[in-house]
Amino acid sequence: MASTEKNFTATTNPCKLCAPLGASLVFKGVRDALCLLHGSQGCATYIRRYLISHFREPVDIASSSFAEAAAVFGGGDNLKNALTNVCSQYHPKIIGVATTCLSETIGDNVPMYISEFKKANSRTDLPEIVHISTPSYRGTHMDGFYDSVKALVVSLARAGDRTDQIALFPGFVSPADMRYLKEIVSDFGLPRVMLPDYSETLDGPLWKEYQRIPKGGTTYDEIVSLGRSQAVIEFGHTLKTGRSAGLPLEEYSVHRYTLGLPIGITLSDEFFGVLEQLSGRKMPARYAEERGRLIDSYADAHKYIFEKKAILFGEEDLVIAMASFLFEIGVVPVLCASGSKSGAMEKILSEMGARYGRTISVRGNADFSDILDEAKNLAPDFLVGNSKGYAIARELDIPLIRIGFPVHDRIGGGRLLHLGYRGSQELFDRIVNTIIECTQAKSSVGHSYM
Amino acid sequence: MVDVLAQRERQVFRKGEDTFNIGCERNSVAGSVSQRACVFCGSRVVLYPIADALHLIHGPIGCAAYTWDIRGALSSGPELHRLSFSTDIQENNVIYGGEKKLYNSLIELIDTHHPKAAFVYATCIVGIIGDDVDAVCKQVAGEKGIPVLPVHSEGFKGTKKDGYRAACEALLKIIGRVATDKISKFSINILGDFNIAGETWVIREYYRRIGVEVVSAITGDGRVEDIGRSHGASLNVVQCSGSMMYLAKQMKEKYGIPFIRVSYFGIEDTSEALFAVARFFNDVGLLERTGLLVESEVERVNRRIRYYREKLKGKKAAIYVGGAFKAFSLIKALHLLGMEVAVVGSQTGNKDDYTRLKDMCLPGTIIVDDSNPVELANFSIEKEVDLFIGGVKERPLAYKLGMGFCDHNHERKQVLAGYEGMVNFAKEVYSSVMSPVWRFSPRKTVGAGNGVD
Ligand code: SF4
Ligand code: SF4
Repeated sequence: MASTEKNFTATTNPCKLCAPLGASLVFKGVRDALCLLHGSQGCATYIRRYLISHFREPVDIASSSFAEAAAVFGGGDNLKNALTNVCSQYHPKIIGVATTCLSETIGDNVPMYISEFKKANSRTDLPEIVHISTPSYRGTHMDGFYDSVKALVVSLARAGDRTDQIALFPGFVSPADMRYLKEIVSDFGLPRVMLPDYSETLDGPLWKEYQRIPKGGTTYDEIVSLGRSQAVIEFGHTLKTGRSAGLPLEEYSVHRYTLGLPIGITLSDEFFGVLEQLSGRKMPARYAEERGRLIDSYADAHKYIFEKKAILFGEEDLVIAMASFLFEIGVVPVLCASGSKSGAMEKILSEMGARYGRTISVRGNADFSDILDEAKNLAPDFLVGNSKGYAIARELDIPLIRIGFPVHDRIGGGRLLHLGYRGSQELFDRIVNTIIECTQAKSSVGHSYM
Repeated sequence: MVDVLAQRERQVFRKGEDTFNIGCERNSVAGSVSQRACVFCGSRVVLYPIADALHLIHGPIGCAAYTWDIRGALSSGPELHRLSFSTDIQENNVIYGGEKKLYNSLIELIDTHHPKAAFVYATCIVGIIGDDVDAVCKQVAGEKGIPVLPVHSEGFKGTKKDGYRAACEALLKIIGRVATDKISKFSINILGDFNIAGETWVIREYYRRIGVEVVSAITGDGRVEDIGRSHGASLNVVQCSGSMMYLAKQMKEKYGIPFIRVSYFGIEDTSEALFAVARFFNDVGLLERTGLLVESEVERVNRRIRYYREKLKGKKAAIYVGGAFKAFSLIKALHLLGMEVAVVGSQTGNKDDYTRLKDMCLPGTIIVDDSNPVELANFSIEKEVDLFIGGVKERPLAYKLGMGFCDHNHERKQVLAGYEGMVNFAKEVYSSVMSPVWRFSPRKTVGAGNGVD
């Protein structure tokens, strides 16, 4: 039973965010880059606040700060003024100019403004300016995210002599996930460029001195070099279509692998399989051991979770990969929901369910009130998703396993590990222990052994 | 020295060195990463605590998503304000208009949640796509028999202050709808307290103890019905002057209700607030009860903060808050704790506010309007502050630089108002400034790992 129909006109407690947030994240993962939102001040400030509450790191996002005149006569002057000020205050190498609903609605010609700005400032040290169109009435934060990666590739990557380098587009994963991915690829002896890479900028140490733009991120040269990679690996089931940033690399004859986020054995094996193939090496021992321990723990704990019912929500690609993981450990994701609506999720998940002989409900374009309404009839055991699900977890009186973004009510959102055997191990242990804890808490005996 | 953007030079003032008037009430400089939000933010701060009203944000999803349950405005009853409602405008609405979607959303949400009133916040693109929000509101109000009020809060049409004003306009349409019999002559409205962490309850309790009836708190733990009869009160007691002065002035004009300005932050200001109310009614019993309350509370607070004061003496603080009025109270409260204020700024202060700040501050203090992260970080480093007081956006900045932090905006979860608020404040400042973790900050020590570049 796959349904995409929304019962309500209004959205109550949204399960999605707006497009410029995704763009802002991507530019946090580029070295010496700053994102500038072309529109009113509020959007930038709210997005900063939202990101800061999760990562607990400074997040500077500039705004062209529209006032009434800009909304009437166009925001060209504001944008140029903002670019000048961003340059003098931050000295960035790259500026991402992402539009907002406002500048899109009034039809601002951003590429033209940018080229006028460049002409008027023919200094040699002018930063690279990359424009992304991110009206939120057209897409969610994930569209903003994927489109920004794509825009960086299209505007900066160049052809050249082929290297053995791997291009890796991880998608919207945590800083901890990014660090682990880099470790994995390096351990296969493969040179790599990962885009974006906010593993340091959004999960960094205290500072010795004030940093205008925190250290870390994919460098300009690395992005240029993407066109010379031997292959590109990108995560995200929904990317098989036009949003893929790997697709434009095919023009440079870079071989493209579009995989699901490597969560659980099945999807991690796929990723490691590709790495084995590309490197010509076997999986390094430490990963084989991690994999071994993960399966060992599956065996130890399978009974506690078998046929438990989970409700899963969040970004489509995360939901699909998590569903694959839950299925493989015997949990049934009875309802899989996302605020996005690419349409790809419904098909993929229904087929996945069928392979495991389960009928599940899949909802795109859902909000938390839709999820709650349906959940009431499903008797779920727990929820898996970001912290915005806490309100319904509380109402249903079941635990919420916090994954993904945002996690606003706990510390360490950026350090949550989801990917690969190690990340799956962490998720697995948390899920099993949550179930055991519930049973223990509700038991009249209070067993001190499992 | 910090490089301040040329366009902002007049918005940074060093007492003792500079003599100019501080530039203020300007639009944010494009590209400066202002810490300000927008008009909508201002409207939302004021109206959201009304817990039995429907708050529908008309526009694309972001404005609603980012503000879902972000403020700790508590309710003792209904909690409709904690849900996030949006018309979630899509591309076809941008092209063909969103009035129909707005209408349907309103009807459906009113039928589902039975609110006592509905506020419709028009955000940035609504006017541009040509929606007649007023007309839709009027139609729905007629059909559903509740007030349905447009709040024109397009983000770019001014600053947060314009949002306050739009909110006040909406409130004025609710005020006066309910009969005002059985209201005591010693009666007030609390204006400009939003019941963050339950602060309105604390303040209401003081008034109860001295024998003053609170007709309505606007808008902390607010109810449409109470606000509807607020014009029956004898006095408006306005806190946080930025957001509510407009309402107070309008109520004076329309209903002849006088107002006074107060602050409930710090013992000095709290005591003065209660006395001001008592003096207004000029009743012997009332004055006497106030005297007793103040005396016992102040004694208790002083006893309870003595320890913190000893520890915090001589520590330096930076303050960056939304409204300047709050900064005044904070400076006094920090002085009470024996601390110095080295940097102080606000997002929306006006000329009078900055004149007053200049008077209050010691020479050498940096005073700043509508600042940004680069400036705030550099001023705090320059002055070697031990504590930063601000909102969520400033918190990681302070921590990165190894400074303590105290959250003093609408997202805090602790009562900071009144007498018990002063004790909480002292404790909070103490817990952050005196924590042993700061000795590991690379700016303060050289240890293993700190030598790495
Ligand atoms: S106007 Fe658009 S870009 Fe700005 S916050 Fe709202 S949805 Fe996001
Ligand atoms: S600036 Fe406009 S679109 Fe952005 S948050 Fe404010 S009202 Fe919403």
